[in-house]
Amino acid sequence: MENVIPYRLQIIAIITALSFMFFIFRLIAKGKLREEYSFIWITCTALLLLFSFWRNGLDVIAKLLGIFYAPSLIFLGAIFAIVIFLVHLSVVNSKQHKQIKDLAQEMAILKKKLEEEEKSKQEANLN
Amino acid sequence: MKNKYRVAIIIPCFNEEDSILSLYSEIKETLFSEEVVVTPVFINDCSKDNTRQIFIDHNINFIDLPVNLGIGGAVQTGYKYALRNGFDMAVQMDGDGQHPPKELQKILEPIIQHQADVVIGSRYITKEGFQSSTLRRAGINYFKWLNKKLVGVTIFDSTSGYRVLNKKALELVSEYYPDEYPEPEAIILYALNHLKIAEVPVTMRERQGGQSSIRTYKTIYYMFKVTLGTIFLYIRLKFNGKRHTI
Repeated sequence: MENVIPYRLQIIAIITALSFMFFIFRLIAKGKLREEYSFIWITCTALLLLFSFWRNGLDVIAKLLGIFYAPSLIFLGAIFAIVIFLVHLSVVNSKQHKQIKDLAQEMAILKKKLEEEEKSKQEANLN
Repeated sequence: MKNKYRVAIIIPCFNEEDSILSLYSEIKETLFSEEVVVTPVFINDCSKDNTRQIFIDHNINFIDLPVNLGIGGAVQTGYKYALRNGFDMAVQMDGDGQHPPKELQKILEPIIQHQADVVIGSRYITKEGFQSSTLRRAGINYFKWLNKKLVGVTIFDSTSGYRVLNKKALELVSEYYPDEYPEPEAIILYALNHLKIAEVPVTMRERQGGQSSIRTYKTIYYMFKVTLGTIFLYIRLKFNGKRHTI
């Protein structure tokens, strides 16, 4: 088992993964991160934790998939996850774009109505 | 007495301080047929110049958008306003004075006669008045071809913003209206929702102030965006039967 990462590195990995998870949980608890977005981050930290405990897991999966150089599996997985998440953010962004537009229009029309009513009220007072 | 047709003239304005006053007085001076009552509704799309102050000083009817929405969003605001305030028709008129108010009666006519739901004032049916550059005309021919291929409707001037919508059309566009360069895309929207589109020749002028929303270096982006928008809108309406998502 000469290919397995040394213990010192494993401990660092576990600590990093745990503190990342703590950070995410804190954000959710403070209400700074909505639960639906936190889902992907919790999954990510869970994966990090899993691989920091399961020391030769990466090699096993890489071999299973027929990947010759195991670390490239990390990059493949990470880039795929990032791309998916970016698309998700674009979808969220487009939705918010429409919502903001609708709100702005609604507000402008209401403001107009309010002004008209105030004007007619003033005129009624004058008469 | 016969009911009169109430027509909202929607004028989206973004930094148009040079031309709005002359346009406003021109609308006021224009004579319309007896059955038509027009109301100009200016939409101030967060202008950075004196546009807003001019509206206030001259007591002009205007809607003030809190954030800049661009031409599509501004025009849609007007459409929503017209629909909710019981107007029978709404016409879009550019704030830069390209669309002469005296031509308006001609575009209203097909709707008054119940011959169409949407009427487009077109520069290119009879070649009179301001005709714009060769490049721009080539682009317009391309859209004519694209519309014909997709929905089988021949529109000579699909980029013309000078168009009248009746109530049925207003209900449609208040739900969904394209954002950035709405005119060519909107034609697909109307056609696939089985609205009758008519085109009427009008004489247009060269803009009196401001800048075209389509400038040379943006032309490629414009063509690309509109082609994409048109094709995706077509797919969405044709195969999903959905009228509006996003």
